[in-house]
Amino acid sequence: MFGRGRKIAPYLFISPFFIGYAIFFLYPVIQSLQLSFYRQVGLTNPPRFIGVDNYVRLVTKDDLFIKALTNTTYYALGSILIIVPLALLLALILHSPRLRFREFFRFLYFTPNITAGVVVGIIFGLVFEEQYGLINNLLLAPLGVDNVRWLREARWVMPAVILLGAWKWTGINAIYFMVGLQNIPPELKEAARVDGATRWQVFWHVTLPLLRPILAFVLTIAIIGSYNLFAEPAILVGLEGGPNNAGMTMTMYLYTRGFRELKMGYASAIGYSLAVIILVLSVIQLILIRAFRED
Amino acid sequence: MRLAISPPSDSAVRKSLYMKLVEATVVYAVLFFFALLVGIPFLYMFTGSFKTNGQLFSWPVNLLAPEPTMNNYERLLSGEEIPYLQQMGNSVIIAVSQSALTLLFASMVGWGFAKYEFRGKTFLTIFLLFTFAIPFQVTLVPLFQMIVRLGLLDSFLGVILPSSVSAFGAFFMRQAMVSIPQELLDAGRIDGASEWGLFWRIGIPLSRGALSILCVLVFLTAWNDYLWPLIVLRTPEKFTYPVGLATLKGLYKIEYGMILGGAFIATLPIVLIFVAGRNQILDNLTIGAVKQ
Repeated sequence: MFGRGRKIAPYLFISPFFIGYAIFFLYPVIQSLQLSFYRQVGLTNPPRFIGVDNYVRLVTKDDLFIKALTNTTYYALGSILIIVPLALLLALILHSPRLRFREFFRFLYFTPNITAGVVVGIIFGLVFEEQYGLINNLLLAPLGVDNVRWLREARWVMPAVILLGAWKWTGINAIYFMVGLQNIPPELKEAARVDGATRWQVFWHVTLPLLRPILAFVLTIAIIGSYNLFAEPAILVGLEGGPNNAGMTMTMYLYTRGFRELKMGYASAIGYSLAVIILVLSVIQLILIRAFRED
Repeated sequence: MRLAISPPSDSAVRKSLYMKLVEATVVYAVLFFFALLVGIPFLYMFTGSFKTNGQLFSWPVNLLAPEPTMNNYERLLSGEEIPYLQQMGNSVIIAVSQSALTLLFASMVGWGFAKYEFRGKTFLTIFLLFTFAIPFQVTLVPLFQMIVRLGLLDSFLGVILPSSVSAFGAFFMRQAMVSIPQELLDAGRIDGASEWGLFWRIGIPLSRGALSILCVLVFLTAWNDYLWPLIVLRTPEKFTYPVGLATLKGLYKIEYGMILGGAFIATLPIVLIFVAGRNQILDNLTIGAVKQ
């Protein structure tokens, strides 16, 4: 097929991918930016240029957008604060030598991650059910805590989604941390122990600083994942986000505006706002991690 | 440096043994507790699929199904509410085609980058890295318009095509193929192999491990995807299973056990694939993390 043309062969190898990439990714990326400066409702109506009006409206007049942004940020912070310490703890335990059933636990903790978001949303509908749900009956009732109205009361919706997120993502992050731990040369820890450091000191001054690259990776994935959140809350509390839109995430908001109401220009502006937010957050997080390094 | 010179005393040995026992107990207790937290929702999905609404929504909560009924599965698979078997079949078709296409594109572009020097290579690599960071939500609206214009709305092709060009897959295959020894290719060329022959007879067989991992990852993503199929597919006969399950949950007065049954039979094959290949997959899942 490619003959012996070593000069053109590489171009033939890379072109199917890059043609597809141009059509299905680059073109939509540019088209979306353009569309975000237009008003277009429906598929057939002609778009009308309105400058930055979509963006101005998003920031100044659209309470629901601000709400979706707040909800998503709440989810990002909450889930990271639960997932990262828990995943690190599990990784440290799973990494300890002479542990039995290590593979079993590692695989079990990982299974929520390969379960479809829709399926997770369906299961957790029962987990958070007010009267007959698992959390209220099996975890809280024995502690003497009254039924929490998880999915019925606005202030409890996001905590429920955060717990769902912790259930789904802690295992895979523990595996990431385990890889990080495996990459730390044991001699470093031994040297510190010989010098009289306690286990806590070894962890704090040797292990943790050396896990920084993995931590950066985990946080980046977590930020991106938070702003991608769609299926789980959509199934758990519905596409409008449940009571007082408390479970409405950014991607759900983009979906309702773009594909329910067919506000093409406006949804594109939401998409670009999302991109800018993810970019800014990732950069901030990388700078913070770097700042810790200089301590 | 401090060195322990004197041998530990008898009581010190006993004390450290005791501490080790305590530590082991705590460790396994923590692991077991988390295993329960992870496992019980799955167990409840499974047993719940054999319950009526009356049994599911009653006190006390029972994690098992003492009086199992097959009614949920019978109704689900009879297709009286939604054509669920067909929807699972659709998911299979879409996930398999998407995996095949992604693997083909990714291995070809990976081979081109790994084994050839050409003009524009550095630029394209950097370009790909930068655009890789753009979130997919940006593309949704124009992609949808494109699918409508191409007449691909409510078709499998409309779901498959946009998802088949994976920049991640391209990088992944390049990493896997770059270590294939150049001497093999030189020997192949001397024997008169074409460039395509080198790719097909040397590159592909020698990166089988990476291809199988990428295949599992792409299949899994496609199998579990909800947002894009929800946008493209419009009729129940075309739905993938997550879209179908979501409509089932939206129905008024539905047996929740039926939805759980659908969720269970869609999750089982994925879990089985991962049980079969767990160590290879889990060890390689983190390639992206390690290469940072």
